[in-house]
Amino acid sequence: MSTEQLIAPAPSALVKGPWRPPSHRHLHGSDLRWALAFAAPYAAVFVALVVYPFGYALWMARTPSLYADLISDRLYLSTIINTLFFVGLGVNVKMFLALLLSGFFLRPRWWIRALLPVYVLPWALAAAQACISFHWMLIGEQGLVDGLLSALFGIDGPLWFNDPWLGMGSNTIAYLWKWMPFWTLIFLAARMTIPRNIYDAAEVDGATGIRCFVHVTFPLLANLYLICTLLSVLWTLGDFTTVFLVSGGGPAGSTEVLATLGFHYAFDFGRPALGVATVLSALPVLIPIIIVLMRRFHTSGVQV
Amino acid sequence: MSLAVDVAKPMRLARGRHRRRVLTEIGSAALGLILLIWSLLPIYNMLLIALDPEEGEIEFAGNLWTPAPSLDGFVDVITQKARYLEDFWQQFGNSLFIGLLTMVLTVLIGSLASFAVSRMRLSKGSLLTNTALLTYAIPASFLIVPYYRIMHAYGLYDNLWAVIAAQVTFATPFAILILQLYARLISLELDDSARVDGASPVQVYLRIYLPLMVPALVVVAIYALLLAWNDYLYQAVLLSPHNMTVSMTQGQLFADVDAEWNAMMAAAIIYTLPPIALLFAFRRYVAASLTMLSSGA
Repeated sequence: MSTEQLIAPAPSALVKGPWRPPSHRHLHGSDLRWALAFAAPYAAVFVALVVYPFGYALWMARTPSLYADLISDRLYLSTIINTLFFVGLGVNVKMFLALLLSGFFLRPRWWIRALLPVYVLPWALAAAQACISFHWMLIGEQGLVDGLLSALFGIDGPLWFNDPWLGMGSNTIAYLWKWMPFWTLIFLAARMTIPRNIYDAAEVDGATGIRCFVHVTFPLLANLYLICTLLSVLWTLGDFTTVFLVSGGGPAGSTEVLATLGFHYAFDFGRPALGVATVLSALPVLIPIIIVLMRRFHTSGVQV
Repeated sequence: MSLAVDVAKPMRLARGRHRRRVLTEIGSAALGLILLIWSLLPIYNMLLIALDPEEGEIEFAGNLWTPAPSLDGFVDVITQKARYLEDFWQQFGNSLFIGLLTMVLTVLIGSLASFAVSRMRLSKGSLLTNTALLTYAIPASFLIVPYYRIMHAYGLYDNLWAVIAAQVTFATPFAILILQLYARLISLELDDSARVDGASPVQVYLRIYLPLMVPALVVVAIYALLLAWNDYLYQAVLLSPHNMTVSMTQGQLFADVDAEWNAMMAAAIIYTLPPIALLFAFRRYVAASLTMLSSGA
């Protein structure tokens, strides 16, 4: 999604067994008609605004020559590498740090409790506005970061957006800043549902600190962690705002990701079909992840 | 001798534990400080630019605080004097219109559909849940070009309803998922006994389902509103400069680097305040739903 969600999906992970739907009784007559009428608006939205646009996209990108154009385009290859960097590094670092930080925020200290709302603030901020602040902050020697570097340490900071790697790094940092709090909250909420007596038992057996995390917390959260990571990969693949507004794809298109390159092809270079082909070339990665996710959703249960 | 060892060992152990505890405290204080700076630096940067008296000034002059902070930026926004923000309140109104209608429609469509599936036990209801899941997993930005074409074809280009339609589409899947999870907590016997007493499905929906689902509906409403509020891409593509939203004005970043950035940042700050207030006001509901989601109810 263009903005990662306020609240993540529903990975049923901990403690309770898989939920079974109440036994179906067959609906009859007017009841059935009512039920269908209730579900109709959603079905209409799904068909008209998901199936149709998606089919339209496939139809637009049906010509094989488009893909030949893509592969011969110098920008496309660097875009693939950038996307892998952004998604691979961004999602994994984000998830891992979020998992660790959720443990930190669980510590019973008043100042840690007070810190939590401040830490969550970036997530509550509108994405575009936050990304623009990052853009100005890293704009070079006029930006706050380089200004602080020279004021505090006397170093001349780099021109962040003049180098592809620094540019991609800036995008990733902005992305981490914006989205890490949300996943920390998810893991924090999950950790709070782990029954206290499991830790007590582990303590009796002599497990402390890191071993407790490795042998108790992590196995319990592993399923949730996997689902969150996969979902986050999908959303990050589609993250347009961060790259578009932080580095803007520059210099000379060297920090584009698939979502922004597709946008530029479609709306700046007047080649909409090529733009669609660009984003659809991620489907071979997208589809397996979606399949795994859907299976996990239905079979996940607790591993206590 | 053996006595001395017996006494010394626990003492050494206790001292080791004490030292470890002190180190942990110092470590977490350092981490807390890092997190504080990390979280606040970009926000501080926004304030710094917004409070700068000089228009278009984004420079950091080495002062940790603007020497003469001024509210000119904010005043320019509120009185609509800044370039690109001449119609700020109309832009704000457009954003609000999109947000509120996305919210209402998402709550309505989502609650009706999940009522049919989870309360009326519509057979093949899992199909509907699966389509929701599928939509949830598709990155919205990937569909922007077809949306642009389709909205043009329907004559909805540059119409706020085009953006609302897109936002509702991407918000309802979450609504259905969380409403289904929450509905499990409410006994189905309530519905059944109401039906025995002669209530129609519509009455059950209005009198039993909606009132009992309020906490989940609040979360869905906030979610939908924030999704629309956070959107940049769909508004920038589906609307023209005649129908600007606040989100879109920020796109001037590329068109005009010399815009009055103190006013632009002031507008950004004004724009981000409502969601923060909303999340703060309903933090209990949000926290409860996070717990529910992470544990699968």
